[in-house]
This record gives sequence, structure tokens and C-alpha cells, in this order.
Amino acid sequence: MSAKTTQRVAEALAWMAGVFTLALLFSLVFYVLWRGLPVVDIRFLLSNPESMGRAGGIFPTIVGTAALTLVAIVIAVPAGVGTAIYLTEYTQESTLTRLIRFGTDSLAGVPSIIFGLFGFVFFVITLKMSWSILAGGLTLAMMILPTVVRTSEEAIGAVPRDLRQASFALGATRWQMVTTVVLPGALPGIVTGIVLGIGRSIGETAAVILTAGSSPGLPTSLLSPVRTMAVHFYILAREGISDQAAWGTGAVLVIAVLLINVVINWLIGRMVVRR
Amino acid sequence: MVRERIIRYLLLLVAFSALGSLVLITLFIFKEGLPLIVKVGLWRFIFGSDWSPSRGSFGILSMIIGSLWVTAGALILGVPLGVAVAIFTAEFAPPALTAAVRPLIQLLAGIPSVIYGFVGLTVLIPRIERYLGGPGPSALAGAMVLAIMILPTIVSISEDSIRAVPREYRDGALALGATQWQTIWRVILPAARSGIMTSVILGMGRAIGETMAVIMVVGNALALPFSPLQSVTTLTSNIGLEMAYATGDHRRALFAIGVVLFVIIMALSISANLVGRRPARR
Repeated sequence: MSAKTTQRVAEALAWMAGVFTLALLFSLVFYVLWRGLPVVDIRFLLSNPESMGRAGGIFPTIVGTAALTLVAIVIAVPAGVGTAIYLTEYTQESTLTRLIRFGTDSLAGVPSIIFGLFGFVFFVITLKMSWSILAGGLTLAMMILPTVVRTSEEAIGAVPRDLRQASFALGATRWQMVTTVVLPGALPGIVTGIVLGIGRSIGETAAVILTAGSSPGLPTSLLSPVRTMAVHFYILAREGISDQAAWGTGAVLVIAVLLINVVINWLIGRMVVRR
Repeated sequence: MVRERIIRYLLLLVAFSALGSLVLITLFIFKEGLPLIVKVGLWRFIFGSDWSPSRGSFGILSMIIGSLWVTAGALILGVPLGVAVAIFTAEFAPPALTAAVRPLIQLLAGIPSVIYGFVGLTVLIPRIERYLGGPGPSALAGAMVLAIMILPTIVSISEDSIRAVPREYRDGALALGATQWQTIWRVILPAARSGIMTSVILGMGRAIGETMAVIMVVGNALALPFSPLQSVTTLTSNIGLEMAYATGDHRRALFAIGVVLFVIIMALSISANLVGRRPARR
């Protein structure tokens, strides 16, 4: 083959790969919505499941998902943003920071089932939280921590140096500089990390089923067990309880994920403009 | 200035949250799982092919092989496609298209694994059964679903590393009269190989660790697989399925599988760290 022919073939193959992947994504999303959306209405969203989920709606699972995600965010965001501030503003590259980064990167690679096993033996059994919003939320917080750290670190690193120096020149202490200059500048990036974390929490199943349980009732306290939408979807689908209700739940999940992605892209767009 | 000092120490403390979590996870997984491995014997645990918790027989060879089959299959299908997409978005696609494709690829990463699993179950499995034979739920189904799930990891990190290749390399090759493809194949890909390797290692970690999607499509038969059309059980799918009811030594054995999985993942994590640059986010 001449160099020119190879060039044409390679370019065609690369285009095919791109088009194929996009087609895969669109058909996946449309398939779930096509199967699920006919089931979804206000009653489906706002009523309780009946006869194991064969009939009725998914309201308690929406509440459960929101509660778990909220706990996870409330814990992971201060910890993650704090880590990022320490790494970028309070120290120089050293063995310690490399160790912290290695810990963060490795935690990101830990599979969710391992988080589930850990959360079960540590929060549920050892700390006697039983299957609960608290145990599930804490487990999810650990899972999304690396995402929050990395996105915050990137965002904080992108705040121009001169702004920091100007702040110091005006007599600000380091913490004043961080709160008045760095954090406001890095806010869109930090929020991106938070939204990514929310997305991961909403879709998580393996870690959640082992730590928050799968009880389909409405929770009354932080120590109540809950069933999230993803867990509900899994149980309906796997145990063959109701394909229809499963696809309905799946459609709600996919719409939530789509909305989250729209928000993230809007935020990233804002970040680029600001720089 | 006392306040400043307190803040500094608080931040230092917080900075250990991720590393501390990792250490805590390691301690508790090993504390629960290791005694059983010692009791059974490492060799018999890893290379024993009989898993009958009710009779106290704990050998996980069939799960290890199951995990290997689906992971290898996912890489064989996913890596060429992922790298091709990365080359497409970094080199061939017009900038406007690239800007549209990147977030869409990330959307793939955001779709919950249970959705992949159920779509695989309803769409893929009947077709595998009809056109290729076998029971349907199989290592092949697992590999196909995982190949799609690791695409975002492969594409985003490979694309970043292709883009990070200095302009001069490209310009130099083109100035020597190389075609665009010759430049990509002979100059850019070799220069980007550590990033591409990192993406493959991280994708591999994701494939080995994935649980819910795999449970739904591999069939979970506890036998040594000889064909990709056979049903398999993986390390993760077995933990995920049996944790629902296991007690006593059986539960400890599931944590012991967790230990094996954890060691594999940490080995991959460390090699990703050695191979190259820090992985880009997600």
C-alpha cells in the first residue's frame, strides 16, 4: 500500500471508531429512555413501591439516593477541598505530598465492591451503625474523595500566581488569601468535582447495597436503612420482579446522569471563559 | 498568628484523609480476610478449583480465571477501539466535533454500571445466544460490556497523552515529508506510549473491579471456562452475589477474595504510577 492509501484507510478507520462509539452511546441512552419513559409520570416519582416494586412508584428510593448523596458530599467536600488547599498552598513538593497523591490516586482505583466490604465491616459492624444512611454515606464519601481532591487541585492550581502575590502584598495572611482569592477563583472547578461526585454517588450500587441495605421504606433518621434508585433498579432487574418498573427507574437514573453532565459541561465552559 | 497555625495543622490533618482511608481499607479487608487464607493455605485458596462454602471448601481458581477471561476480552475489544477514538479526537476530527465528543465520552463514564448490566442482559445476551450459540450469559458478554465501560478511561487518558506530544515532533515529521498517518504511527504514538500504557492499566483495573454489570451478564457458573461462550464467575461477581447471605467462614472467605482483588488492584495502581505521569482525572 502506498503511503497515501494507508493515510486514507487509517483516517477512515479512526472516523469509524469515533462514529461507532457515539452511536453506541446514543443507542444506549435512547434504549433506556425508550423502555423506561412510558412508565415514568408524577405518580411513579411520588408514590411508594407496592408488592416489592411490581406496582407503585419509587419515591422512597429517590429520598434514599438524595440522603446518601448529601451525607457523602457534606463529608467529602471539606476533606477533599482541604486536601487540595494543603497540597497547593501550604506545602512544597516533597515525599509527603507524593505519598498523599499516591494515596489519592490509589483510592480512586479501588473497586466499589471493596469499598462495600470495608464499609460493611467497619461502619456497619465495627462502629455499629447497622445498614444506614450514615454508613452508606460515609462509604460513598471515601469513594468520591479522590475526585473532589483532583478537580479542586486542578482548579486551585489554575488561579493565577499574581493574584496570590497581590493579596500577600496587601498584607493578607495565607488563610485570608486562600478564602478571598483562591477559593472564589477556583469555585467553578471545585463545583465540577462536587457534581462529578454526586453523579458517582447516584449511580453506585455495589458499595451501597452492602452498607445502606436495600430496605424500600421511607427513612426516618440518619440511622435508617434505605434503598437507592440504583439498588432498586438492580433488585427489580436481577430478580426479575418487574422489567417495566426497572426500566422506569433506569430512565430516571439516566435522566439524572444526563442533567449532571449538562451542569458539569456548563461549569467547565465557565472555567475556560474565566481563564 | 495562632489562628494561622491552627489552620495549617487542621489542613495537614485533612490532607491525610485519602491516604488514611486507603490504609484503613487495607487494614480491615486484610483483618477480615487474611485469617481464612492462612487457615486454608494460600496455595489451596488460589489454585483450588472447588468452591463449596457449605462443605468448608474454598478454592477460587475458577473465579480468578473468570476474571482473567472477561478482563482480557474487555482489553482486546476496548483498547484498540479506545485508542482509535483518541487518535480520532486528537488528530482527525475537526475541533468543533472534538469539543462535542469529549463530554459525550465522559457521559459514558457517568452511566451507572447496573444500567450497562441490564442493557447487556436484555440486548446483548439473546443475540449472543442466537448468533454464536452457548447459554447466552457468558465471558464474552462480560467482556463486551466491560469493553464499553473502560472506553472513557482509555480514550481520555490516551487523548491527553497524544495531545501532550510536543508540536516540534509533529512538525519535524511532516517537514520530512511524512504523511499525517506516518507521523501518528511512527512519531506521535511512540512518544505518547507511557500515557497510553497508563490508560490500559487503569482500564484493566476498572474491568477487574467492576461488579454489578458483570454479575448481570456472565451467568455466574462456578466452573473452569474453556470457551468465551461459557458462563463464568469472577472474583467480584462472587463477592457481590454471596455477601447477601454469607456468614461465618463463608463471609470471611469473601473478604479473602477481597484481599486477592485488592492486591491485584494495588499492583496495577503502583505500576500505573511507575509507568508514567499521574492519571488525569477520571
